[in-house]
Amino acid sequence: MSDFVAKLLRIAVPYVFAALGGSFSERAGVITLGLEGYLLLGAFGATVAADLSGAAAAGYAAGAVAGGVAALLVAALVLPLCADQVTTGVALNLFADGLTRFALKALYDSSSNSPRVEAFASDGGAGLGATLAHPLVIAMLVAVPLAHLAMQRTTFGLRVRAVGEHPEAAASLGVSPLRVRLAAVVLGGLLAGIGGAFLAADQAKFVDGMSRGRGYIALAAIIAGGWRPLAAAGAAMLFALAVTVQYTLSSSYVQIPDWATQMLPYGLALFALVLRGRSSAAKPPSSLGSPLGKRELA
Amino acid sequence: MSPSTRLWAARLLGFVWPLLVTLLAASLLIVACGRDPIAVGRTLIDGTWGSTYGLGQVLFKTTSLVFTGLAVAVGLRAGLFNIGVEGQLIAGAFLMALVGASLPRGTSSIVAVPLCLTAGALSGAALGALAGALKAGRGAHEVITTILLNFIVRAAMVGIGQRLFLHETIHTAPVVPGAELPRLGRFVDAFHGSAVNASLFVALAAAGALAWLFARTPLGARFTLVGKAPLAAETAGISVGRTTLVALALSGAVAGLTGSGFVLGYKHYYEDGFSGGVGFMGIAVAVLGRAHPLGVLVAALAFGTLSAGQLVVNAAVPKEIVDVLTAVVILAVIGTGPRLRQFVSRMKGGGAGQGARIQ
Amino acid sequence: MTAAALALEARGIAKRFGACVAAEHIDLAVAPGEVHAVVGENGAGKSTLMRAIYGLEPPDTGVVAIGGEVVARPSPEESIRRRLGMVHQHFMLVPTLTVAENVALGREPTRGGLLVIDEVAREAEAIGARYGLGVEAHRRVGELSVGEAQRVEIVKVLWRGADVLILDEPTQVLSPPEVDALLEVLRRLALDGKSIVLVTHKLDEVLRVAERVTVLRRGRTVATVATRETTADELARLMVGGDVSAVVRERRRGAAAGETPRLACEGLSVKREDGRLAVDAVTVALAAGEIVGVAGVEGNGQEELALALAGVTRAAGGAVRLDGRDVTGLPVSARRAAGLAYVPADRHGRGLSLEQSFADNLVLGDGRRYAGAGGLWLDRRRLDADARDIAARLDVRPPDPEERVGALSGGNQQKIVVGRALLAGPRAIVCAQPTRGVDIGAAQRIRAALLEASDGGAAILLLSSDLDELLALSDRVVVMHRGRLAGEARLDAAGLADVAALKARLGRWMLGA
Repeated sequence: MSDFVAKLLRIAVPYVFAALGGSFSERAGVITLGLEGYLLLGAFGATVAADLSGAAAAGYAAGAVAGGVAALLVAALVLPLCADQVTTGVALNLFADGLTRFALKALYDSSSNSPRVEAFASDGGAGLGATLAHPLVIAMLVAVPLAHLAMQRTTFGLRVRAVGEHPEAAASLGVSPLRVRLAAVVLGGLLAGIGGAFLAADQAKFVDGMSRGRGYIALAAIIAGGWRPLAAAGAAMLFALAVTVQYTLSSSYVQIPDWATQMLPYGLALFALVLRGRSSAAKPPSSLGSPLGKRELA
Repeated sequence: MSPSTRLWAARLLGFVWPLLVTLLAASLLIVACGRDPIAVGRTLIDGTWGSTYGLGQVLFKTTSLVFTGLAVAVGLRAGLFNIGVEGQLIAGAFLMALVGASLPRGTSSIVAVPLCLTAGALSGAALGALAGALKAGRGAHEVITTILLNFIVRAAMVGIGQRLFLHETIHTAPVVPGAELPRLGRFVDAFHGSAVNASLFVALAAAGALAWLFARTPLGARFTLVGKAPLAAETAGISVGRTTLVALALSGAVAGLTGSGFVLGYKHYYEDGFSGGVGFMGIAVAVLGRAHPLGVLVAALAFGTLSAGQLVVNAAVPKEIVDVLTAVVILAVIGTGPRLRQFVSRMKGGGAGQGARIQ
Repeated sequence: MTAAALALEARGIAKRFGACVAAEHIDLAVAPGEVHAVVGENGAGKSTLMRAIYGLEPPDTGVVAIGGEVVARPSPEESIRRRLGMVHQHFMLVPTLTVAENVALGREPTRGGLLVIDEVAREAEAIGARYGLGVEAHRRVGELSVGEAQRVEIVKVLWRGADVLILDEPTQVLSPPEVDALLEVLRRLALDGKSIVLVTHKLDEVLRVAERVTVLRRGRTVATVATRETTADELARLMVGGDVSAVVRERRRGAAAGETPRLACEGLSVKREDGRLAVDAVTVALAAGEIVGVAGVEGNGQEELALALAGVTRAAGGAVRLDGRDVTGLPVSARRAAGLAYVPADRHGRGLSLEQSFADNLVLGDGRRYAGAGGLWLDRRRLDADARDIAARLDVRPPDPEERVGALSGGNQQKIVVGRALLAGPRAIVCAQPTRGVDIGAAQRIRAALLEASDGGAAILLLSSDLDELLALSDRVVVMHRGRLAGEARLDAAGLADVAALKARLGRWMLGA
C-alpha cells in the first residue's frame, strides 16, 4: 500500500505542477495549451543541466527556467502581438517536441533517450519515505495550498482574477492587464517546468516525447477544476491516480492488455471534459482567449 | 501602387516573411551543429529539386501534406482547430488497407479505389465527428479532445496491430491489385523510381473541391460565418453545433484520405509509423497557407521539399531539424498575423471601426 | 494652486480612430465645486473627451489640467493620483468579484502580504452612507441590479479620494425615480465641495442639476452657458445645429375587434441559465401596422423576450403566433420564412460578422435568398445587388458591398442590420434598441425605415431603453419589469397631453411600484 502511495505521489508531481501553473495563466485569461511543451522543455533542460553540473538542484532550477523562458516566448507572441492563443500553444508544443528531439540527436547522438543522469539517480530507492523526502515532492505538497492562498488572498491573485474576467475594468483602475497576464503566463511556465524537471529526474534521463500528453491532461484537470488551483490540483491527482492504477495493473497478473490500460488516463480526461460540459460552474474566465484591446495594452 | 496591388503585396509579404524567419532559425541551428548553412541548403536543394527523382520524392511528400493541410484548413475555416489529424489519418489509412486487402482478388480499380478511399475518409470522419459532437454538445474544446483521441488511437493501434498485422511484421496484408494506385514513374519516365503516385491527383482534386466549397457554396459561407462570428450566426438561425459537427467530420474525412499515397500508391499496405508526423506538419501547412486551398498547395510544396530533403541532409544535420522548423514557421506566421491584418486593413482604407475586439 | 484654479480643464482636445475623427477641437472648463454638464448627441465626442481626459485613450493633441496642474501624460493611474475619478458608461466592474474587491482593485491594502478586504468593506459602506449610496460590500457584483452597480462605481471613485468626478451617461440605464436619486446624490457631493462633470444627452436632467453646460457638436465645443440663462430648446438647437426635425408618427388605433393579430405573444415564459424566469407569462398582441413599444430598465427581460420571439432561444412556456399560426416550435429560419424579422440589440455580437464584408453579412439575413440550385451554390450576384439596394435606401456610407463591416461607423453598421431585416418585406418585426449608440442622422433614417415598414402593414415590437424614442414612434407602450408586463399606456392624443405625467407613470411601472 505504501508503495502505491509513493508511486502515486511521484506520478502526480508533473500533473499537479502543470495544473497549478496553468490555472494561473488561464485564470488571467490566457489559453495555456503550451503546458505540454513546458513539461518537455523543463525535462530536457533539467537533464542537460544536471548532466553537465552533476547537481540535481541545478537540474531542477534549469527545468523551471526552461519552462519560464518558453512561457516568455508565448507571452511575447500572445500579449503585445495578439497572436491567436490556441495556435501559439500548439505551436509551442510542436516546437518543444522538435527542439528536444533535435537537441537529443545533436547533443547525445540518440533518437530515443539521453544517457543516464547520475545526479538524478537517487540512492534512497522509491519507497514512501524516500519519496516524501524528495525536494520536488515536498515542493508539490507545499505548492498546492500556497497556490490557493495566492489566488484568493493576495494582490496578485485578485488582479489575476480581475484581469481574467474584465481586463478593461482593471485597466481603468491603473492595473496593467498586460503585466498581470505576463506574470501569470511566466508563472505557469515556471511551475510546469519544475514538473517537467521531476519527470526527467524520476527516470534519471530524458526520453523522446516523455511528456506523453500530460500537459493536455493537466489542462483537462484545470477545466474540470473550474479554473481554481485547489480543485485543479485535485483533478490532476485523480488523473495521476488513474495512471498509477494503470501501471499497477500492467505489472500485475491481471490479464488486461497493456494497450487498453494505456488508454485509461486519456479516456478519463476525455470523460472529465464531457462531464464538465455545459454546467454553469464550468464557466471559464470571461476574457479567456480574448486578446487585449488597444486600451488594455499599457 | 493601386490598393489591390498593395493588398497582394501584403499577402505575399505575409507568406515570405515567415519563411525568412524560418531560414534564420534554420541557419542558427545548422551553425550550432558546426555546419555551413549555405552548404546544407545547397545539398537540400540539389537532393530535392535538383533531379527528377528528387522532385518525385518532393511531390510524394507534398501529396500527404496537401491532405493534412487541407484537413486542418477545413477546421480553421469554421473557427476550429483540429490537431488530431495524425490520429485520424492513421485510422483512415488502416481501414483503407484492411478494406483493400479484403476485397475479392479480381476487383477492378473503378470499384476498389473509390471503395478504399471512402473507407479511409469515413474512419477519419468518424473521429472528427466525435470531437465535433463533444464540442457541439458539451463545449469540450476540440484541441484537447482531438489530441486525447490521438493518444487513444495510438494505444488502440498497438492492440489492433498485434492482432491484424502479418505475423512477425509491422504491416498489414497487401491490398488487392485493383486497389493499387499507379506510380507516376509508370507514365512519366523522369519520375522513375520515386514514390510519387496517382494519389497526387486525388489530393489536387480534393483541393479543388474544397476551394469551390469555401467560396461558392452556402455551406462554405456558413463555415466562415460560424468561424468568425458564431454568436451572430446562431442569432441568424445557423446552427453552430451542426456546422461544428460537419466541419470536424469533413476535416477528419480529408485527413483519413492522407494514407492513400502510402497505402494505395506506394507500399500497398499499412505500416506502423508510416506517417512520421505528417499530421502535425499539416498544421504548419494550413497556418502558412492561411487556410486557403491555394495557399495550402503552395505551403505543402514548401514543406514537402523540407520533408523530402531531411533525409538528404541527415549526414550533416540531424533530420529532426525539420520538426523544429515546422514549429518555427507556425510561430512566425502567427506572430506576424495580426500586425499584418492591421497593415492590410489600413491599406484598404478602412480604419474607422474601433475593431471587433476593442470593445 | 490658487483658489481660482479650475478643478478640471481641457484645451484643444483632438482624437481620431483611423479615418474617423471622434474629436476635432474640444475645450472644457470646470470650476471647483460646480456641477458641469457636457451635452451633445450620439457621436458628438462626449465619451471620447472624457476617456481622453481620464487617460484611457490619451488625446492625439490637446492639454489636460487637473486642479490647475497640467497632466503631461494622461493615464488612469495619473488621474486617480490627482483625485480625478470616472464612472464609465459601460460599467468597469468585475462581476465575479465582490463589491469590496472591486472597490479595492488597483489599490489593495495588504498586511504581511495578504489582502485586508474587510477594511475596504467598512470604508466603502461608510462612504455609501454619507452620500446616500447604500452598498453591501460583500455581495458579488454580478448579482447587483444596474442601479446598485452604479452606486458601487461611484463609491469606488470616492474611496480613492476623488475630488472631481466624471459621470459618463449615468442615467442611460436608470428608471425615472432612480434618476432622481442619482441627481440628489450629485447635489450632495457638490455641496461637499466635489466637482462633478455630468456627460449626458438628457437635457431635462441638465437643467435640473447643473450650473453650467458645455455643448459639443461633431467633435467641437459649440458653446458653454449657464443653465440659468438657457432653455432645453436652445440647448437642443445648439446640439443639433439647426431645427430638430423629429420623426413624427401618425397614431393608429389597435386591432379591430375580431381581427387576427399580426404578431401575438401568449403567456410566453423564458428561463434563465439558473432556472429562474427571465420572462414571466408575457401576453401582448400587435395588429398589422401597429407599433408597440416595450419600455423598461435594461435587464428586466427585454433581451430574453426578443430572443425568444425571434426563435433564437426556446421558450419555457406559452406560444408565439404569426397571423394566428403557431410558430412557437419553429427555428429562426422557419420564422423568418414565415415573415418574422429580428433586429438584435447587440449589433456587434449578434447582428454582424465584423471581419467580413457588407455583402457577406447579408447571408446572416435570409440565407435562403442566396442559395441557388438546391442549396449547392451561393448567389453572389444577388448578395451584391441587395447590398447596393440597402445602401441606397438607408444611405450607408461608404456604399461598397465589399467594405469590411468592422470599419464602418456604428450608425452605418446599424443601417445594415436594419436594412437586412427589412429586405424581404417582413410581416412582423421584433426590433431591439434600434438606435443605441447611433448618430442622429442614422437614427432618423432607421426610424423612418421602421415607420415605412409599419405603413406597409408590418407589426413592430419595439424594445428600447430610450423612452423618448418609444414615445415618438409607438402607438402603445408597455412596460416590462422583472419579466412581467407591469403596465400599458395608449399613446393617443389624451395620453400625450401631459408627457411628464406619462413618463412618471411609466417610470413607476419600470420600478415595480
